[in-house]
Amino acid sequence: MSDVTATTASDRNPLARAWQRASKIDPRYLIAFLITLVLVAAQVRYHMLGSYDRLVVALGVCMATEALLSWFDRGRVVNLLSAYISGISLTLLIKPQGGALWPFALGGFLAISSKYVLRYRENHLWNPTNFAIAALLLAAPDRVSVLSHQFGNDLTTNLVIWTFGLIIAARVGVIHITLTYVAGFLLLNGARALAFGQPLLPEIAPITGPMYQLFIFFMITDPRTVVRGRRKQIIVAVLIAVMETLIRFASDKGWPMPTAFNVAPAFFALATVGPVAKWIDLRRKRPTTN
Amino acid sequence: MRLDRGASRAAADAAHPGFAMRDETAAAGINFVHHRPTFDSKIAGIEPHVAALGASVSVTDFNGDGKPDLYFTNSAFGQANALYRNKGDGTFEEVAASAGLADLNKPGDGVSMGAIWGDIDNDGREDVLVYRYGYLALFRNIDGHHFEDITEKAGLRRWVNSNGAIWIDYDRDGLLDLYVTAYFRSDIDLWHLKTTMIMHNSFEFATNGGKNLLFHNLGGGKFEDVTDKMGVGSTRWTLAAASADFNGDGWPDIYLANDYGPEELYLNDHGKRFVLSTAGLESESKSGMAVALGDAFNSGRLDAFVTNISERGYLFQNNNLRVNEMSTKGRFRNVAEGAIADAGWAWGAQFGDLNNDGANELFVANGFISADRKKSYWYAMSKIAGANGRLFEDAATWPAFGNASLSGYEPSRVYINRGVAGWVDVAKNVGVTDLYDGRAVALADLSNRGAVDVIVANQNQPAIVYRDYPDSANHWIEFKLIGTRSNRSAIGAEVLLEAGILNQRRVVDGGSGFASQNDRRLHFGLGSREWVDRVTIFWPSGIRQVVTRPAIDGIVTITEPER
Repeated sequence: MSDVTATTASDRNPLARAWQRASKIDPRYLIAFLITLVLVAAQVRYHMLGSYDRLVVALGVCMATEALLSWFDRGRVVNLLSAYISGISLTLLIKPQGGALWPFALGGFLAISSKYVLRYRENHLWNPTNFAIAALLLAAPDRVSVLSHQFGNDLTTNLVIWTFGLIIAARVGVIHITLTYVAGFLLLNGARALAFGQPLLPEIAPITGPMYQLFIFFMITDPRTVVRGRRKQIIVAVLIAVMETLIRFASDKGWPMPTAFNVAPAFFALATVGPVAKWIDLRRKRPTTN
Repeated sequence: MRLDRGASRAAADAAHPGFAMRDETAAAGINFVHHRPTFDSKIAGIEPHVAALGASVSVTDFNGDGKPDLYFTNSAFGQANALYRNKGDGTFEEVAASAGLADLNKPGDGVSMGAIWGDIDNDGREDVLVYRYGYLALFRNIDGHHFEDITEKAGLRRWVNSNGAIWIDYDRDGLLDLYVTAYFRSDIDLWHLKTTMIMHNSFEFATNGGKNLLFHNLGGGKFEDVTDKMGVGSTRWTLAAASADFNGDGWPDIYLANDYGPEELYLNDHGKRFVLSTAGLESESKSGMAVALGDAFNSGRLDAFVTNISERGYLFQNNNLRVNEMSTKGRFRNVAEGAIADAGWAWGAQFGDLNNDGANELFVANGFISADRKKSYWYAMSKIAGANGRLFEDAATWPAFGNASLSGYEPSRVYINRGVAGWVDVAKNVGVTDLYDGRAVALADLSNRGAVDVIVANQNQPAIVYRDYPDSANHWIEFKLIGTRSNRSAIGAEVLLEAGILNQRRVVDGGSGFASQNDRRLHFGLGSREWVDRVTIFWPSGIRQVVTRPAIDGIVTITEPER
């Protein structure tokens, strides 16, 4: 009886029904929905794209590369949702010098091909978008930047993306990674500010920016490149936050390092910690027995 | 028999730009050094940022002797503005004090940010408006040597934290009206702050800046605030304005370069009101620093070059070269790419034919704050750039600037136009090598020799005069326009020159670039062309005048016909 009552109540609650339906959807579709939402919001409210050619190039190259390489590698064209997510991410994050299109093409190619080339035990190690952006920033800082769009520095837009992001992260089962990293960022950078007598707010402010929204909802939580097990995922998220804090500390001190590290400390924290953690995780994986 | 050997004897390229520029500041006797202001200690942490503007230069012929003079503004209390009288022998004499235009940086009044010259009463002598972080100041030219402060009488004693102003006869009544841009809100006194919530609330779409103002010249030395009536009170942190008839309807429009936001184009509806146009400018939000007008591709239209910020790895906002397609498609089209898109942290810019080959070059001043070379504020800036706007609206929450540089020690750029091959920077090749923090750029033929000299006002640093030495084989022509039904300074008049396949337009500006104003005389390079077929003058009054076969290699004076 009580079960019947509960079911009825759930059926009557549209939010609960939506939550149940969402649980049956392939997580990649939810992620694709979220990143499309971010793109549409950024374009409608802030004309972020400027022109649509960069979106066409990034999406086109990502999806074509994925189709070609998967066909060569596996003899079939895989689902292109992952390439779609990478293409949108690159479109949102990259701002090239002089409106050039080649960084979108090269970034798209690097992102997708990294999945097929930089592999260990049949798994890729880097989040594709993270790898592509880190490579572009390191190789061509005179031509590519990542900090050119702030979505209006608007609280409303931030709240919409955070709300949808957290809901979808919860549904996809990666919210613990997001929250751990955010908590780690706030604690470690707050402590860094206090330790060195810096104002607190500027040190924790970056977490509210669009670059971090894409980072915490799409890169650090990428199901294909996170380690196995909730506890290990939390540990790795903490390690990434620690690495980022170290990079920021080095930037504070003006220690010599590539400009790219100053520009995007979170991306380089993930690009260095993530693959090592994944490699260790895969190394411990027992070989499959037939 | 018609002889047209093309644009120039040899097409300009990086190796053979066809001109040289020499720093002859000292030889000219110009020793002006700009000093930046200091403000309320509540914003001491980011004072280098807030106080990073104020170096300006404007060209005038205040004594009517036919030789362009220069006026520089200073921005620290007690530091004098400088008026350099052109002695005609390549040297200048500083006469600001005797003219009554030196002592304009005083507590209670504010500090100078720039000046624009124009004959507001059509008496044949150019008057001057000084805009400040503080009260506007209008001076009437009494006798070509002395100036009288008529601000109060003119109804212009308004506190505006302004970085720009232009003269524009928006209603074509023959009297110069005044458009003043505002940066910080006008209720802010930077020396006596009641709050530290004074900064922009978005790096991209801020609308909490000061309100721009339009004053109608009523005649008799009086002005009336018509901002709201005319609909031009943008609050988008405007740094620069320029005016021309962009859509060819005979009425002068207003183009704004806004910091922390998209550019704006206000189209003039027959002098009755301005309409904010959706001319393709709203699609990109950048940090507009200056707007220069020029016929970039000899299309017979005035295009707009708007400078922006680029910094390695951090930010590529990219400069805009917006081709004017207003009369055909109702929009501007951005065609900036390659070298011209990224000049660094770009400030003042101007189009001018430096090699007299018949195509415009583009001079761009760069660099924001040059301090400790080993410390950059960019990393600190990146922390707050993505934050919620309320955080960085508060100047007190910004990371302390200290002695850091922010895009400092950047060279000026001198781009030559190679047509389909694009623009190329030839600054080093032609001798422009300084690393000052350039702000205002003004062009003038200082010695009436058919060359476009470049004057750069540098922030907190000495000004520079680059003398232009163009290829002597190329011909040129200059026009001095005298308005009769239009304002006497002919500000807003446009000249369309036709010489063979050369078809180029210029406008007499009442202020353009950033905190600058060019020589009112219009210079055209002709290349190897030995005559001009036709010149059409579009006077602000609406009169269209045609002059055929004017004499070249000299200055042609044209007076507006009565009808």
